[in-house]
Amino acid sequence: MDLNFKDIDKEFFEYIPKEDKDLNTVVRPSETYWQDAWRRLKKNRVATFSLFVLIILILISIIGPYLSKFDYRTNDINSLNLSPNSEHWFGTDELGRDLYVRVLYGMRISLSVGIVSALINFVIGVIYGGISGYYGGNIDNIMMRIVDVLYSVPTVLYVILLMVVLGEASLSNIFIALGISYWVGMARIVRGQVLALKQQEFVLAARALGVKNIRIILRHLIPNSMGSIIVTLMMSIPSAIFTEAFLSFIGLGVSAPMASLGVLCNDAITTYRTYPYQLFFPSLAICIIMLAFNLFGDGLRDALDPKMRK
Amino acid sequence: MVKYIIKRVISCIITMWAVATITFLLMHAVPGGPFEKEKKIPPEIKKQIEARYNLDKPLWWQYQDYFKHLLKGDFGPSYRYIGRSVNDLIEEGFPVSAQLGGVSVILSLLFGIPFGIISALNQGKWQDNFVMFLATIGITIPSFVLATLLLYFLSFKLGIFPSMRWGTAKHYVLPAIALAATPTAFVSRLTRSSLLDVIRQDYVRTAKAKGIPDKIVVYKHALKNAVIPVITYLGPLVAGILTGSFVIEKIFSIPGMGRQFVESITNRDYTTILGLTIFDSFLLVSFNLLVDILYVVFDPRIKLDN
Repeated sequence: MDLNFKDIDKEFFEYIPKEDKDLNTVVRPSETYWQDAWRRLKKNRVATFSLFVLIILILISIIGPYLSKFDYRTNDINSLNLSPNSEHWFGTDELGRDLYVRVLYGMRISLSVGIVSALINFVIGVIYGGISGYYGGNIDNIMMRIVDVLYSVPTVLYVILLMVVLGEASLSNIFIALGISYWVGMARIVRGQVLALKQQEFVLAARALGVKNIRIILRHLIPNSMGSIIVTLMMSIPSAIFTEAFLSFIGLGVSAPMASLGVLCNDAITTYRTYPYQLFFPSLAICIIMLAFNLFGDGLRDALDPKMRK
Repeated sequence: MVKYIIKRVISCIITMWAVATITFLLMHAVPGGPFEKEKKIPPEIKKQIEARYNLDKPLWWQYQDYFKHLLKGDFGPSYRYIGRSVNDLIEEGFPVSAQLGGVSVILSLLFGIPFGIISALNQGKWQDNFVMFLATIGITIPSFVLATLLLYFLSFKLGIFPSMRWGTAKHYVLPAIALAATPTAFVSRLTRSSLLDVIRQDYVRTAKAKGIPDKIVVYKHALKNAVIPVITYLGPLVAGILTGSFVIEKIFSIPGMGRQFVESITNRDYTTILGLTIFDSFLLVSFNLLVDILYVVFDPRIKLDN
């Protein structure tokens, strides 16, 4: 039977009351995921404060050294082991180097180690996890077995071995060692996300339209799991900073005259009884950096992924 | 169950083999070789040394030779300490490290779990905020910073505990606290969140509705399920304490495996690095296996297939 719209008696229809119509209109502009997350993040006072502290720390570590007339490498035999004073704000070390500048340079190294190695493990982890999750089957099986093997031994051990193999303890070697050891956690997270997402219709639609696999992974799956990726990324920064400090502390960090915060702590530990301030300032700097990154990461997790909240 | 255990054991063996192989190859990829020092060694002597340690043989020969000995539990000689084997070093260092590590594990469970319970039962109150504040501090402060702070205040300023050497019970206190701080923080966070999950479940409500006193509900009904995640954390916990011991044993000059490891790195003592790495990962892998099995025993809800 052919039903024509015009044939239907108009009596069957009636106007919707105006109020009902209004109920169905969207009053507020709809928020995107990121706007929503940003709103949640702004409400979290601890996290915004940590973000503020982090920005200040980054600015200080960039600008700070130029505010002092000293540099990090010049020895001054006339001012060994000075206590903090108006000239040397954090005092000097056993070679007469200004500790304020050295701590700021150490912060610069620690922060760049954290950020660069996080970016390296982001790239490796996302590609590895994406491929493993998307292709599934045997490829996934083999790739995840490898991850399992790497996962069962502490990352610090690998980093130490890699540093021993790379020999010279330069900054770029630390980047390499940390970057190629820390992606395992990221790969697992990305794989899990991709596994869940690839069943959804938009992936099927993309595939039906003939989109290439690599493009599906990069343009559809990864952007949709960006929330948990960013959270993992943020959390990996403090652990990279921690590992660098750890490495420096056991003598595998950047070499003199450069010094990271771990090296400064290690240098100071032999003389902590007489010159405790030499230990105090770099320790404080590490603690503030770690605390700010951890608290900000927690806040970011709550904002980006409320379901992950504990 | 048996099938599950066999499967896990096999995967552990594969893991061990992979770790040993990777470490072996890494240690043989080190540029310069172990006997290269500032002073040039005459080529004849170098040849002699290389022949002594079979370094002149092809790599695959060294590999199968190393594995043959490894299967018998022989980690080979140390390159640095003439006449001593890596086994000697392990025999010397392991008991010390195991004692310190054991004390730290017990400490972190003994304090972490009760703190977590207090925090969860007073959710949102000052006790909760206080414990979570401490936990955040514990997670963020690197162990070597904590260790040096403890040394400065408790040992140097107040003189309560010795700062160096090893032997009496007093020597354990500071290093054990420094080692246990971060795991304690993790355990208390974990206990808190899992207990909060559990006390909202129906069976706990049922128990309460039946008029069972709150204390019994928490400690008898809820806690049993709440500590299961803590059991899974035992693996990472031991791993953390193991790597933490590198720094702590160095700071407190404790003659354990951690310090030997750090020393072997500074000395470029490649066979010792290799042996200790394999030994450490063996410990961890078998511990993880144990935890996995315990986990299934404690929580019968876990499906073994898949």
